[in-house]
Amino acid sequence: MATTAFEPRIVAFFCNWCTYTASDLAGTARLAYEPNAPVIRVMCSGRVDPQFVLKALQEGADGVLIGGCHPGDCHYQEGNYKALRRFRLLKRVLKDFGVDDARVRLEWISASEGDRVQHVINEMTDQLRKLGPWQARS
Amino acid sequence: MSQRITIDPITRLEGHGKIEIFLDDQGEVANAYLQIPELRGFERFCIGRAAEEMPRITQRICGVCPSAHHMASARALDDLYHVDPPPAAHKLRELYYNLFMFEDHTLHFYFLGGPDFIVGPTAPAGARNIVGVIGKVGLEIGGQVIEARKLARGFMTEMAGKVIHPVFGLPGGVSKPLKADMVARLQATSQHLIDFAQFSLQAFHDIVLGNQAYVDTILADYYAHRTNYMGMVDADGKNTFYRGDLRVIDPAGKRLAQFPPRDYLKYIGEHVEPWSYIKFPFLKTPGWKGFVDGPESGLYRVAPLARLNVADGMATPLAQAHYEEFFKTLGGKPVHSTLATHWARLIEALQATEVIQSLANDPEILSPVVRKLPEAPPTEGIGIVEAPRGTLIHHYATDPNGILTMVNLIVATVHNSAPIQMSIEKAAKGVIHDGKVDDGLLNMVEMAFRAYDPCFGCATHTLPGEMPLRATIRDARGDVVQVVERKARLG
Amino acid sequence: MADKPKVAFYWCASCGGCEEAVVDLEEQILKVVDAVDIVLWPVAMDFKRRDIEAMPDQSIAVAFINGGVRMSEQEEWVHMLRKKAQLVVAFGACAHLGGIPGLANLNDRRQVFETVYQDVPSQDNAAHTVPGELSQVNGHGLALPRFWDEVKALDQVIDVDYYLPGCAPPPKLIWGAIEAILTGTLPPKGAVLSPNLACCDDCPRKDSKPDKIELTEIKRPATHIADPELCFLAQGFVCMGPATRSGCGNPCIEGNMPCRGCMGPMDDVFDQGAKFLSAFASILAPKTEAEIDKLLDQIPDPVGTFYRFSLPTSLLRRKHTGATA
Repeated sequence: MATTAFEPRIVAFFCNWCTYTASDLAGTARLAYEPNAPVIRVMCSGRVDPQFVLKALQEGADGVLIGGCHPGDCHYQEGNYKALRRFRLLKRVLKDFGVDDARVRLEWISASEGDRVQHVINEMTDQLRKLGPWQARS
Repeated sequence: MSQRITIDPITRLEGHGKIEIFLDDQGEVANAYLQIPELRGFERFCIGRAAEEMPRITQRICGVCPSAHHMASARALDDLYHVDPPPAAHKLRELYYNLFMFEDHTLHFYFLGGPDFIVGPTAPAGARNIVGVIGKVGLEIGGQVIEARKLARGFMTEMAGKVIHPVFGLPGGVSKPLKADMVARLQATSQHLIDFAQFSLQAFHDIVLGNQAYVDTILADYYAHRTNYMGMVDADGKNTFYRGDLRVIDPAGKRLAQFPPRDYLKYIGEHVEPWSYIKFPFLKTPGWKGFVDGPESGLYRVAPLARLNVADGMATPLAQAHYEEFFKTLGGKPVHSTLATHWARLIEALQATEVIQSLANDPEILSPVVRKLPEAPPTEGIGIVEAPRGTLIHHYATDPNGILTMVNLIVATVHNSAPIQMSIEKAAKGVIHDGKVDDGLLNMVEMAFRAYDPCFGCATHTLPGEMPLRATIRDARGDVVQVVERKARLG
Repeated sequence: MADKPKVAFYWCASCGGCEEAVVDLEEQILKVVDAVDIVLWPVAMDFKRRDIEAMPDQSIAVAFINGGVRMSEQEEWVHMLRKKAQLVVAFGACAHLGGIPGLANLNDRRQVFETVYQDVPSQDNAAHTVPGELSQVNGHGLALPRFWDEVKALDQVIDVDYYLPGCAPPPKLIWGAIEAILTGTLPPKGAVLSPNLACCDDCPRKDSKPDKIELTEIKRPATHIADPELCFLAQGFVCMGPATRSGCGNPCIEGNMPCRGCMGPMDDVFDQGAKFLSAFASILAPKTEAEIDKLLDQIPDPVGTFYRFSLPTSLLRRKHTGATA
């Protein structure tokens, strides 16, 4: 009897102007990457409420990826700085909740960096395969 | 055939508990156990917290005496951060604390432990409450107690933000100074509080001491234990609640030890039994000897009776006079009759009101300098106060950032947990014979517990039963504020 | 004459402050006593468990239950009261959110027992005795309820009709709830019985708040003195006001100490701690990761502050270690 290998489920929040465009670019450039990270498009990484991250984990996600514009390039000027500050504070709290560091990640990916989308998603999927499911610990 | 009787839950006091009584084949009590079925784990989950939050966290151990935990915690923080509050801050804290001791003690006497005692141990259950007390002392007293409590708690709220779970304690002092108009009002009403405390003692004299049957009950052997005693004393050896050394005496009254808070671990250890979640403190010399009393015992008692036993006297003149009468009436120091705690409690309440008046009229109480900031990083700190129910110990250790790495709490009633266990068993053995058990006898067993830990000032306005009531509420000047009536129910 | 509605008060993992809060109704409690028949109140009255067991289902009009659920005995009691009562009100922060005992969810049962019965410096337990559910003493069997691995808020165990927030709920809110019950004017089921506003909305220091706050320093109550008139957040203190429901009257602010969130969040918030985290992060000044981290180091114990009262009802509920207890 074959056992199904564990495939991590990652929820990705990509900002419309940079990271989401980059993932489109990866698609048109045929840069294949792991299918484990369905994307939710937000207008800005600053839109990502920490509750989204926690709810994703609570509902069964094994990891959460947030993608935004590089500092200084935010379409709305300041939004990605807010995202960075929230993310850094959230990481501390997640550690106290026992959430492994690799499960929640913030990446700056500009509209032209389709290859970076490919790299990050592949890397994160691989890491989480090794780490195992989040729900097994919760 | 042996029989098991369960009292579950124990009622008319704070916290959860059940009593299991085992009869032997002759129908006599073989053993009795008081089991505490709850645990929350503050000593564990406070690890990792910021030290200055502890007054606001540990007070949630008890919503009846949060002020005691808040104060012990603030004292521990002073020690932890190596900072001594300015004199005005100490006075402010002491003023607040005596308001608290007054209202807590008073409430207990009238509404919780008092009813058993004032109404009579085997009175019907329906009369063993405030209604029965009012029947003895008069209807207006109900209103006066509400008013006294309201006054004291009102001042406490103004000083500390909230009265259930105050906020003002910090390392090195308190969060804000007093306002002049509040102090003026306190000065104007402090005599009223003293008068009320004296009235309570008079009521005790009239109803309890004037009744030989009640005096016999107080002195009955099955409500007595010859234990060691521990309590806080000030620099003159007088009864005090906020700041001082701990003194321990043996059952004969001989002093066994006197030590500052920092040295408590040299004297006190805690024992565990598998059948209860509560721990059982004991004196390290002579050590844990089991649930026994007498001069060889390692057990000790705390709270008002213990405090009066260990002290050389009360710190204030009116209370001192009552202290002298107390020991004269009960046959000298120390007094071992547990039920005498009710009397000792009222004497302490009187002292509290005298201290309140004195501090309210101290010009330094209005000083704006109520906080000294720490200058050195925190390491380890111990704070001890006398809570209404006994000695309260908070002990913290932190990392250099002030994050807690160790928390040890020995909470007032816990010091008494082994004596309470003994008292339950002794009372059960004393009153249950030939396998005969009824509600009144079981209540006499519960009374042994209630005398120690009337931790809850609640029953106040809950009037079980269908008796008629007319309560007149007066303000501090004696003018009628409100009259509330409830008619008797028919049928 | 019609029977008066029956009312029950019960407490789980509680401190007794909610009982005190009822007593603080002062003269008004006499009106309550006049209007209802109290059938259970262990702190004040001698009704025992068997008295409640004997009552018919739904015969109690309202059961006010305070305290979190963390022992098996508490779970039995709340299930029983749910059957016997028409309405159940989660009374106070512990029943509403989990409360301060909920901080134990950062530990497990084993850790709690190890610390309490072994590690504390006054403990003398060479035999490693630990209280257990069944023990034998002098030939008698004695039972204790089980201590769970986790603290739960009331609605994580039974269906709850209403919530009275606060630690302890202020007398004004309690009285409002009782009046609503007696006059049949309760809001729809599931409501929290306090306005849906943030504490900032009626804070006495509201007008001192600048339009923009950009903190470069975070202050701690231990090492700083707070200005008695300025907004705490503007001064650089962590204050949970933005993420906390109003209705308490802001007594902590009056006490010159910052809010710690005991009233819980507003409607439509899943996780009070996360909401506050978001708000607080957005008023910090730095823009680079290194500077941000350096500033965040100045917040002592984020999880224990942001989730002071609400850990069991947060989205993740507890620390997850993957270990079984």
